[in-house]
Amino acid sequence: MQTLGIILDHYSYVITIFLMMSGLYIVAARGNMVKKLVGLSIFQTSVYLLYIEPAKILGGTAPILDPAFSVYSNPLPHVLILTAIVVGVATLALGLALAVRINEAYGTIEEDEIFERDRET
Amino acid sequence: MNAVWAHLPILIVLVPLFGALLAGFARRADPAFAIALVVSWVIPFCAGAMLWQVLASGPISYHLGSWAPPWGIEYRVDALNAFVLMLVSMIGAVTMPFARRSVGFEIEEGQRPWFYCMYLLCLTGLLGIAVTGDAFNAFVFLEISSLSTYVLIALGRDRRALLAAFQYLIMGTIGATFYVVGVGLLYLMTGSLNMVDIAARLGPAWADNSRTIIAALAFVTVGVSLKLALFPLHVWLPNAYSYAPSWATAFLSATATKVAIYLLVRFLFSIFGVAIDLRALPVAAIIIGLSLAAMYIASLIAVFQSSLSRMLAYSSVAQIGYITLGIGFVNLAGLTGGLVHIVNHALMKAALFLAVGAVFFRARTVQLDDLAGIGRKMPITMTAFTVACFGLIGTPGTSGFISKWYLALGAIERGWWLVVFLIVGSSLIALIYVGRVLEIAWLREPSAAVAEARDPPLSMLAPLVLLAAATIYFGFDTEWTAGIASTTAKGLLGGLR
Repeated sequence: MQTLGIILDHYSYVITIFLMMSGLYIVAARGNMVKKLVGLSIFQTSVYLLYIEPAKILGGTAPILDPAFSVYSNPLPHVLILTAIVVGVATLALGLALAVRINEAYGTIEEDEIFERDRET
Repeated sequence: MNAVWAHLPILIVLVPLFGALLAGFARRADPAFAIALVVSWVIPFCAGAMLWQVLASGPISYHLGSWAPPWGIEYRVDALNAFVLMLVSMIGAVTMPFARRSVGFEIEEGQRPWFYCMYLLCLTGLLGIAVTGDAFNAFVFLEISSLSTYVLIALGRDRRALLAAFQYLIMGTIGATFYVVGVGLLYLMTGSLNMVDIAARLGPAWADNSRTIIAALAFVTVGVSLKLALFPLHVWLPNAYSYAPSWATAFLSATATKVAIYLLVRFLFSIFGVAIDLRALPVAAIIIGLSLAAMYIASLIAVFQSSLSRMLAYSSVAQIGYITLGIGFVNLAGLTGGLVHIVNHALMKAALFLAVGAVFFRARTVQLDDLAGIGRKMPITMTAFTVACFGLIGTPGTSGFISKWYLALGAIERGWWLVVFLIVGSSLIALIYVGRVLEIAWLREPSAAVAEARDPPLSMLAPLVLLAAATIYFGFDTEWTAGIASTTAKGLLGGLR
């Protein structure tokens, strides 16, 4: 019962960890390169949540200096994650570009088929 | 002059960054190469000036945009950073002249300016990781260097280069993301991203949240270890180094993994080690175990390779094992050995991979079977190669001996005689894989494949000979390598709890 309470109290972390693990699993388990990249993106996105969740304060406003509001969310993690999102987009774009080039060079983006074709030559 | 002097920490990042923009706009190979050359030759002066300043008057703290730390981003240069900055910039400066012909030979004309653009971006990232004192800023630079590295590898001549780049992209991104998770947990615990500030706040947080901090330590260590190719997280490295363009391999093997090692040292000794007693955790034991495994398993795999570049790639994994072994000893001699081997291995491996590039330039093959008698056809190239090989084994009179000497001293100081024997024993395996190549290159009759080969032009030969000469020079005069490494190690160990 106590464990359940801890899980419910920290449900946002549970979601984060679930996303993180499923992303990592997809990267490891799938041979298709686009699917691998999807997994990688899920993995990265879970980290965005890890940063954003603790920064949001219930009932807090946007971080604007105004005497009427004393409770506001921490702006720093949001800014950090904006940077991380840009990095994530760049990585995904480069990964997809490589997948296109691999498809042109090998005629497939399935990892096992690619290894097979390399072994033939 | 004073205006420039005060801004050296940011200039060392901005100069290659704007160089990359210009090289991208140049659209033709020669102007792009000229830009890369100028940038590569300017940067060592920045790094040298900072090293001099640090050794003379202590750490430099540069506040980006004049925002005071810990709120603003701080670039903090102490002896360790300055040492790494100097290494990266010197490798870039020395190897750059080699690039023009090697890149001209291996890469299609339209892609050449982009190659130089990517090299400069990679340089930006590597120097940025070394110069910054902000944990998240280090992540951004890590990704700048990584993304450009993936492109550099993908520009390789073989279609397998694409696959190697893709695999490295997946593993590198996982590593970088692990690092961000670790930094995020540290931020949750301390509310700060400034490395010095984290170190100061982590100690008080340890009492209540030791589990989170251990998780942060684990995430950062594993993430950075992926980047530095610590065994068994090295699987991306052999393919990446074998199929990347020759010059890119030489540059990356000498700098990229070394900067990642710097980041590991920074986190273990300047952040976690300062705040908590790492001896209570099995960090050092794990690092030593994996290092020994790297030294033996990777060396053994190297013995059975049929391609010269692949053999050297596995040798890199083994040599990184020596560096992390020294870090794991956590004593003055061991850490000095690890740090000094960062420089010594960088010089040797750059020389070896440049020699491979020169061989490919003339003989169009790096398969060992084809290279019989190459020494007689390319005597200067292969002499430089041989000298660097002796360094790899750790023969007295080369810089490799100095590193192993300090590592053995570190092990003796700990009283671990078995490790001392293991260090010597792994050198014998290096002797086998190196000896095999030297036998093929020097003692056999030249094969048909190398009949037309001869030494490459001066622009390729000079960097190679210079690096090989440095391998011997630093075997005798150790003031600039072991001297600074020892000062640095003393500073790092003095800060430990």
